[in-house]
Order: sequence, then structure tokens, then C-alpha cells
Amino acid sequence: MTPADWTAVRLTAQLAAWTTLLLLLVGTPVGWWLARTRSRLKPLWSAVVAMPIVLPPTVIGFYLLLLMGPQGPVGQLTQSLGLGRLPFTFAGLVVASVLYSMPFVVQPLQQAFEAIPARTLEAAATLRAGPFDRFFSVALPLARPGLLTAAVLGFAHTVGEFGVVLMIGGNIPGATRVLSVAIYDHVESTEFADAHRLAAAMVVFAMVVLVALYVVNRPARTDRSTAP
Amino acid sequence: MIEARLHLPRDGFTLDVALSLPERGVSALFGPSGCGKTTVLRALAGLERAAGRVALGSEVWQDDAAGAFVPTHRRALGYVIQDAALFPHLDVQRNLDYGRRRIPPALRRIEPEQIVDLLGIAHLMRRRPDTLSGGERQRVAIARALATSPRLLLMDEPLAALDAQRKAEVLPYLDRLHAELAIPVVYVSHAVDEVARLAHHLVLLDRGRVVAAGPLADMMARLDLPTARGEGAGVVLDAVVAERDAPWQLARLQVGDGDFVLWARDHGLPVGSAVRVRVLARDVSLTRAPQTGTSIGNQLAGTVEAIADDEHAALALVRVRVGVVPVVARLTRRSAFALQLAPGQPVWAHVKTVALME
Amino acid sequence: MRSIASVFLACAAIAAQAGEVQVAVAANFAGPMASIGQAFTAATGHQLRVSSGATGKFYSQIVAGAPFEVLIAADDETPQRLLAKGHAVAGSDFVYAIGRLVLWSAQPGLVDDQGAVLAASRFSFLAIANPKVAPYGRAALEALKARGLSGALAAKLVTGESIAQAYQFVSTGNAELGFVAWSQVAVPGRPVPGSYWLVPADLYGEIRQRAVLLKHGQGNAAAIALLAYLKSAPARDLIKSFGYFN
Repeated sequence: MTPADWTAVRLTAQLAAWTTLLLLLVGTPVGWWLARTRSRLKPLWSAVVAMPIVLPPTVIGFYLLLLMGPQGPVGQLTQSLGLGRLPFTFAGLVVASVLYSMPFVVQPLQQAFEAIPARTLEAAATLRAGPFDRFFSVALPLARPGLLTAAVLGFAHTVGEFGVVLMIGGNIPGATRVLSVAIYDHVESTEFADAHRLAAAMVVFAMVVLVALYVVNRPARTDRSTAP
Repeated sequence: MIEARLHLPRDGFTLDVALSLPERGVSALFGPSGCGKTTVLRALAGLERAAGRVALGSEVWQDDAAGAFVPTHRRALGYVIQDAALFPHLDVQRNLDYGRRRIPPALRRIEPEQIVDLLGIAHLMRRRPDTLSGGERQRVAIARALATSPRLLLMDEPLAALDAQRKAEVLPYLDRLHAELAIPVVYVSHAVDEVARLAHHLVLLDRGRVVAAGPLADMMARLDLPTARGEGAGVVLDAVVAERDAPWQLARLQVGDGDFVLWARDHGLPVGSAVRVRVLARDVSLTRAPQTGTSIGNQLAGTVEAIADDEHAALALVRVRVGVVPVVARLTRRSAFALQLAPGQPVWAHVKTVALME
Repeated sequence: MRSIASVFLACAAIAAQAGEVQVAVAANFAGPMASIGQAFTAATGHQLRVSSGATGKFYSQIVAGAPFEVLIAADDETPQRLLAKGHAVAGSDFVYAIGRLVLWSAQPGLVDDQGAVLAASRFSFLAIANPKVAPYGRAALEALKARGLSGALAAKLVTGESIAQAYQFVSTGNAELGFVAWSQVAVPGRPVPGSYWLVPADLYGEIRQRAVLLKHGQGNAAAIALLAYLKSAPARDLIKSFGYFN
């Protein structure tokens, strides 16, 4: 593995980690709201969240390129805040990955929250727990399997992300040249040995992280005997 | 007084009730399925938002006129429902601690040991809710609700999901609950047996309206209410153990201050204990003259007060005053006719000792 | 019986007249190819089935047995490699167009007609196509090297996977300027948007685009006719009008 290869691995790891973290932070309240709201706009918002599944990644990437560009609303915002522009930067990749992987994190969270019976949360209210208290002391612990699924899916989806990165990354070594793009380059230039090596690195890396996630989150050992 | 004025449109009917419940004892909300009794309870708790006013003594929990609404988690109440709703991710101990930890130490009037003893759950503390039986879960749920030292306990058909055996297991704990803690209870049920055993005040609901309300004894003696129909019809009497007959294992119960005496099985309660006795209408028979040579252990002299038709065309209900205490009998209309029963007439009411339930 | 036979023969004859060609064309030439195809069909009656995509991908597919009959590539090497591997018909290849490199910006007035903007370096990003897979990318690096600017501008380079993507970077303004194909910028009938510097041909190796008859098309008269048509005057005029040279 060349230093360039290790850089690609490191970038991929950082991208996946940041994206998963941000998505868990943002996606948890979104998933909670979607699970519990009775607003008539719920189908609309659910569809919005699910859009990235429907759109091809290159389409998402292309429109992000426009939005984040100098004439786009996001680009103008970032420029007016003195942050420059997002395309061709790692930060831009993180933003794009967050949007692209959003449904894969929000939907498992939403389903986990939906599975909590209303009466359990009402019981918590009758036991003096306010809304935030109920969320942290009852809803989150009961949604833990969903949190794990969301983290795994978000992480895996970002590691495998290609089209979006391709469109707005600019393939800059050390900044946006992640594993998926590096492998693609090698294949396109018929550097198959390099491609094989990097692909193996990607698989190993992903396996290590996923196994670790599953080990850490084994269900607690309880006496599962069912009494009458 | 626990006061509630509630108005809430529902599918099929509109809930429109005005309640004044005593701040002591168990008040039962009784009625057929779908009559709105659960909705009333949830509105008292603040889990449903009805229009109106809810106040517990001087503490106002809701007053639309003043724009006030105290959210559920700030009401000093305990709430127990049919299926316990214990927190599956916590063991029993932590379930109990959940509410208790959330009230300031100054307000913790009830000691945890007291509740654990009261409900007999000391041996369950480390268990997870999914390993408990239905009856155990309900007892833990009740204990958990009490752990917050509530000023009012709301119970929504807590025994409905239990089989007869488990019900019998939990009922004594509910008895003791009231006896040992001075917390008023609002108890929703559609089972006359539970109400007759536990309640002191009864509110009858039907299709969102209050049909009748009052002390339990008075309500059970009325012939015009749904409580007078069916197998559970019969009066509920407050009595005191006056004497115990050791050789025959019987107890003499004194009802009220007069001559009203009932012989029942001795359940081991010492003399002077207060007991509640149910005399089912179907176990009372009437005669114009006193009887001798009968196996029936209790004969009471009284006066016919009222006669009404029962559900079935062949049957009638007769209320008899024994001293000041009412007793209800169920007869065939033919018998009533044959005895020429009419209000004001003296009769003898017969109640089998075996039939008395405490 | 004889009447049925003659009907069959007539149909066969007509079928033999109107041939069909499976064509793989490089994405950047897809536009001109559409026009050429129409003209070709009008002139000969032969139909074209055109697939457009990346030349590199076509190489892999053809080697794996894809049924293309003619390859109209974006580069020089791919047809030659196919010839070397025996997937193409010897002697059938020729250069059908020569691409021109242009330094282009969507902003008017940014790029001067001498390319001095490069040395002044007052921009954040310069887009090029990936030199490893696109001849225009290679040419862009050659031009920078010829001007002595490879080192200075290395940090500002953003690479698009194809010349098309490099163009996207520039047209959306995310890269202020970039090296793209003249054929992308010089659309017939419209003035060139933004500002540009047509890079002198002596600064980079010729971007030769080669076409070749593939083994699958060897017996196909229509395929052979197509290649001949590409060399004809009407086709060459069409190609020139799209911003290519030949």
C-alpha cells in the first residue's frame, strides 16, 4: 500500500465517521418527530427524507454542484459567511454525504421510535418525566437497536458512496480522493493490481468497523424465560 | 373534592361530564365499554385535552377560563393501566425508582419499603418486566405509581387483563392499598364485582354522560340503574365483626346500629374489624311470615320499599328496608304477585350464610 | 408456392439493402455523431444503433465480447490497442477528427486570449479532465508544462473524471476556469459564452480521435459504408462545424 493509498483510506474513514456522527445527531430528532407527529404534512416530509434513495447519486451530486456553486443559494450563503465554497473540499463531501445518506439513518431511527408504544411514554409522563426527560430516559434506550442499524447503514452507505463524491469532489489527493474514487481511477486506467489492492483495503476496513459496532452493541444477557 | 368538568367530542358521542368526587376513598367510574370512562381518566391525568376544568382540592390542574393547563408530568398523580406499561429496559427496582427520583426529597411522603411490602414484590426487584407474570406486573405497576407519593391514584381497569386467579391474587393488595395509604383513587371498571368490592363512591357513565353518582351503598340499592341488572345485582353493606362463634366457625356481623345482624363464615378477622359484605339479590328470598325449620341462616325483618321490573320479563327486583339498611331481592313476578307484595308491607328477607361474600 | 418464395426473396433483398450498424461512440462526439448519423441514413438507407459512453469502458466491453461493430473513439490509443489484440480489423482505422484544447471560463473577461490568466493565478480552482483516462486531461498537463506552470498550479487542480465533468465544474462556476474541449464550447450557431483562450496546437500533443472497424462488423457492408462516410466531405464539414479539426 502506497502512502497515497493510505491517504485514501484515512479520508474514507474520516468521511464516514463525520457523516455518521452528524447524521445521528441530526437524524435522531428528525426521526423522533416523524415517528410521533400527527401533522398532516408528515407524508410530505417523509417523502423529502426518502428522496436521496430515489435520485441517482450523480444527479444528487450534480445539483449539489449547482447549489453550492457561486450562483447557487448555498454557495452564496457560504461565501457571505466567509466560508468560501464547498465543492472540492472535504467539508463539501461531508455535507453531500449527509444529504445522500440521510434516509438510511433517519428511517431506521423513525421505525425504532414508532415501535415504542405510546402508553410507555405516557407512563413516563405520569411518573413526572417531562418531554426531554422522556426522550432521553425512555425513548432513546428503547430505540437502541434502531440507533445501531442507523449507524451501520449510514456508515456503510458513506464508505460505498461514489457518484456524489465523483461529482463534487474534484478528486483532490489528500482532500477528496476517497477509496471509491481511487479504485475507479485505477480501473479506468487499467491499473488492475492497484484496484484490487484498494478494493481489498476497503472491504477489510468496512468489516473491521462493522464487526466492532455489532460486538459493542450485543443485546444484554437477560433471563429470557417467559413466566405465565 | 376532586372536581372535573369535561367536554370532549368523540367518535359516536360527546363526552360531557361534571364530577365531584370525595378526596378520600375509592371512586369508581362504571359503565359499559366505550362509554367514555377511560377518556375521563385520561383527561383527569392530562393525557387527553378536554375542554373544561380539573381541580384536586385547591390544586387546579386545568382551567380553560383562566387559560391554565398543567401538563401531565407536573400533576402529582399516579396512573395504572390494564397492561402495566412497565419500562422493558429497566428491572423492577429501577422501574420503581423512576418516578421517585423525579420528585424533590421534600415531597417523598411514601417510603419505598412500605410500598414494596404493601404489594408483596420484594422478591421481584432484580427481575425484568418481561419475565413477570401478569399479576406481578400489575403489582409492580401499582407500586411504581405509588412511588411518586401521588395525591391521586388513577386506575384504568387494572385487573381487566388478568385471569380469575391473578385477579384474586391482586385484589387483596388493592384492598390494603386503600386501608393503609390515605390516597384517593379513581378506579375505572366495567366489572360490578370489582366495583362492589373496592369502591366507596360510584359514578355511572353511559355514552359520555353521567347517569347517576353517589355513595356506593346508595347506588347499589337503587333498582333503576344498570348496577341492578345482571348477576352482580345486590347491596353492599358496611359491617363490623361483633362476635365469633368458634365451634361453628361463623362470625356475627353487625350492620349499622340497629338489629340488622348477619351470620357469615368466619374468615379469621378479629372482633371489631370493619368488613364489607355483599348480599346478592339472587341470594335473597322473601316470605310474608317468619320461617322455622329452614336451613337459611339469616332472617331479617323489614318493610318492602320499592318493586321494579328486572331485565328479564319473568323477574322483578324488590328493595326491602331492614331498619335503615336496604336489601335487594330478585324474585319472579309470579312470586311477587302471589305474595301480594306492595310498598309498605312487612316482609322477612332470608339470606343464606353460605352466600355472603366479603 | 412460388409466390410465397418470391415474397421471401423480395424481403431478403430489401433487408440486405437496408443494413444496420452497432456503433460505440465516445461521449464527447455523441452530438456530432447524431447529425452524421442522420445524414448517413438519408444517404444510404442504413440504420445506426448508437451507444455513447467513455472510450475506456468501451474497450473493456469490446474485449469482453460486446457486439459493437464500429468504434468511434475519443483517443488514439484505444483503437490501436484493439487492433493489437485482434478485436479490430487491420487497416480499417483512421483519424476522423482532431480535438482542440481550450482554456475556458464561464465568466466573461476572466480568460484573456493569451492565457496570461494562468500565470497571474488569481483563481481558486482550475479544472482539467483526469489525465490518466482522458486525452484532453493529458493535453492540459502538457500545455501547463509547456508554459512552465505545472508546479505552481498543481495545488489548484481539480480533476473531473471525464472531459464532460471538467466542463461541468467550469460551467457551474465552481472552478473559475478549466481546460475543456473546443467542441464543448463552440456550439454551432451560438456565440461562445464566457471567455476563452484557444490553446496553440504546439503546446500539447495532438488529440487525435480515431475510428476503427471491429471484428464483429467485419462482414457488415453497412458498417464499412459508415466508416467510408466519415471520411467523406459532407461528414468532414459537419465535424468541423462542431469545433473539431481534421
